[in-house]
Amino acid sequence: MVKKLPSVDVVLVGFGWTAAMVAEELTAEGLNVVALERGAWRDTPTDFAVTFAQDELRYMWRRSLFQEPARQTLTFRNSMDQTALPMRHLGSFLPATGVGGAGIHWNGQTWRFLPTDFVARSHNEARYGTLPEHMTIQDWGVTYDELEPFYDKFEYLCGISGRAGNIKGTIQDGGNPFEGARARDYPNPPLRMVYGPTLFAAAARETGHKPFPCPAANMSRTYTNPLGVTLAPCTYCGFCEKFGCGNYSKSSPQTTILPVLMRRDNFELRTQCEVLRVNRDSSGKRATSVTYIDTEGREFEQPAEMIFLCAFAQHNVHLLLLSGIGKPYDPKSGEGVIGRNYAYQVVSSVDVFFDDKIINPFVGAGALGVGIDEYNGDNFDHGGLGFIGGGYLACWNTHGRPIELHPVPKGTPKWGGKWKEAVAKSYLRTATISTHGAVMSYRTNYLDLDPTYRDVHGRPLLRLTFDFGENEHRLSDYLTDRAAEIAKAMKPREIHAKKREGHYSVVPYQTTHNTGGAAMGSDPRTSFVNRYLQSWDVSNLFVMGSTVFPQNAGYNPTGTIGALTYAATDAIKSKYLKNPGPMVQA
Amino acid sequence: MSGSLRRRDVLLAGAAFASVSLSGRSDARVYGGGAPWTPGIAPGLADVPQTIPGGDFKFFTTAEAAFIDAAVARLIPADHLGAGAKEAGVTVFLDRQLAGPYGRAERWYMQGPWHDGTKSQGYQSRLSPAELYRAAIRFIDQHCRQQLGGKGFAELSTDQQDSVLKEIEKGKLKIADIGPHAVEIEGAKGPDGDTFFAVLMQNTIEGFFSDPIYGGNRDMVGWKLIGFPGARYDYRPYVERHGEKLDLPPVGVRGRPEWKDQS
Repeated sequence: MVKKLPSVDVVLVGFGWTAAMVAEELTAEGLNVVALERGAWRDTPTDFAVTFAQDELRYMWRRSLFQEPARQTLTFRNSMDQTALPMRHLGSFLPATGVGGAGIHWNGQTWRFLPTDFVARSHNEARYGTLPEHMTIQDWGVTYDELEPFYDKFEYLCGISGRAGNIKGTIQDGGNPFEGARARDYPNPPLRMVYGPTLFAAAARETGHKPFPCPAANMSRTYTNPLGVTLAPCTYCGFCEKFGCGNYSKSSPQTTILPVLMRRDNFELRTQCEVLRVNRDSSGKRATSVTYIDTEGREFEQPAEMIFLCAFAQHNVHLLLLSGIGKPYDPKSGEGVIGRNYAYQVVSSVDVFFDDKIINPFVGAGALGVGIDEYNGDNFDHGGLGFIGGGYLACWNTHGRPIELHPVPKGTPKWGGKWKEAVAKSYLRTATISTHGAVMSYRTNYLDLDPTYRDVHGRPLLRLTFDFGENEHRLSDYLTDRAAEIAKAMKPREIHAKKREGHYSVVPYQTTHNTGGAAMGSDPRTSFVNRYLQSWDVSNLFVMGSTVFPQNAGYNPTGTIGALTYAATDAIKSKYLKNPGPMVQA
Repeated sequence: MSGSLRRRDVLLAGAAFASVSLSGRSDARVYGGGAPWTPGIAPGLADVPQTIPGGDFKFFTTAEAAFIDAAVARLIPADHLGAGAKEAGVTVFLDRQLAGPYGRAERWYMQGPWHDGTKSQGYQSRLSPAELYRAAIRFIDQHCRQQLGGKGFAELSTDQQDSVLKEIEKGKLKIADIGPHAVEIEGAKGPDGDTFFAVLMQNTIEGFFSDPIYGGNRDMVGWKLIGFPGARYDYRPYVERHGEKLDLPPVGVRGRPEWKDQS
């Protein structure tokens, strides 16, 4: 029997970054907000204190903060003629379970997308002509300039450490000259720089590039954010991404919002409560409640005036499909929106081996590094290259955790005495340049429900059909070649360029930058939500997170997720609450 | 010591003022009116992992342990640079891992139907890591006895062991071809040898480089080999010491070997 609970103003599905932001914004307006999180409460002193957080096996390899595939996973295939099989353990990407979501174990690499990224279709068509027929990229329905105040707001919430490259149109020395204009500088100065990225910066400059310290959600100094929450200076411990920060130095919901939000009487968090579906009234135009299940198997119905899907990217899509909301995407006809335009990130790297330089990789932080942006987005002429889009190159120095990091030169045997010798010789003396490429969306890359496999609740698993296209391979090869040129200018003994070859695989870790499946846009035929992340069909339903990206850009997504979330809450406060209903007329 | 205070106790202590259980038995909880932590309870103690106790093997038979000793000694051998995986205690590490939640694939999705799939679809065997090791060791030992003069893997010369490992690595042997001692589960096709090899090598690296509390990396030999200072949490004094070999002695989450273990 389902127990029906008293109605609330707002219910949030999932409780990571976007939910915490929405909850803070709307409780401040006086609304009653309930968050439903499938995982447990987690906080710094009890779950990743400095006395034991630096445990590589436990957190990274035994996945202690991550989603359990036994409870929820997806099935995967490269193409529609294959049978999708379950991703039985995590690999390519690492979603979270628990309060704070992936905002606990992210790197903190907090970028803005380029102005041209938001008009990817119209801009590229105008400059390069017709795009391939199967490429389904589209404009976002919102512009960089419209999002700028909300990027700013998220960066100040987080206390991003960085150096501006463009303040109100004036290019700033030492910053990223390609970034869109920003109203003001970052709230904190850049992190102090370790050796590897410093060598990269010199080589990049020598080869005609404009290197800059990458924007980081790792604190370069003590910082008190606009909510009055204080973060501590980063200690460069090298247990950052894939870990919780034991030192209150990495921005997360816990370190920026929860100390304020948890004290508000009009907020309630229910943990280990997993939402099964979103319910609508008989018209289908209004979401009435969510049904959730607790760990004892009891079901509850929570009615609400507004419902926000704030789960991880593809989980929001799964919930929409299971709830029968929105038209499921059909790759044959190209019609429908739920599951359409799934995209990802294409990454590669170049290892740079020195004889005479000690890099000390273990002095690190999740977003500690130097980048260049000459080859991102449309910052360069793609004429004759055969692809659009791009990505940044960066020499990160995030960690020296040896199970994960033990680079060896090309041609080294994979085990045995020669391998051991190469690991021992290379560990302290190797830097890595990473490339971080955009992935376009395509007619045949999509999400739907699997016909065979079921989750722990007996629901169909989500099915992912995805592969890199020609655009991604050309783009990634181009970036890798540029990285190799700079690597050589660092004057190493040798380099090892590791191109991204062959089909996409769920096995090796790449990035947790899964995007799309319920895109935003200005046309309900090709998007599920409008520019305020409001469903075209069901106007009191909102979808947060990278789920709404129509394709992915050459940057880490969290900065843009933050900006889109604050843009949505701003519109909800100024428009929707005064006059509930569609904020954009289709 | 109070390290025995379990995390759940802390949550329940917190629950007295900060959270309400939705029912007597459910883990589901409601939080409001502040963050649920209890002043006066030392943070972190609730979740500190304990050093694994020594003693008998929990998972491996004596013969299996001899196989693993021999195999990991080839993957990361003892040599002029120092201890290898065997000396670092990787066999004990693996034994405890396989006897625990990892060995049981507790977090993995292990529902059928089962198909081999493509390389890009990843692990598709119905064998948990513990079952995979058991089946693979039995198979490889039997293969060695049949092909190499009646000797099991551990009894072979190191050159012979290397060539057997190379065969497995290249996927030339299929674990399903196990013969009379097969782990027989209906519909099982069995993983390729290279699947087992990849798991064995990954786990060996884990045992060689993980915190010593898990039984491997004994005396931090893995960390000392490469110069990793371990579970330190503050490198601020070293950020700008570019190019300098720091030679910081490694520390684990329970201290250093020369410190008296307080557990």
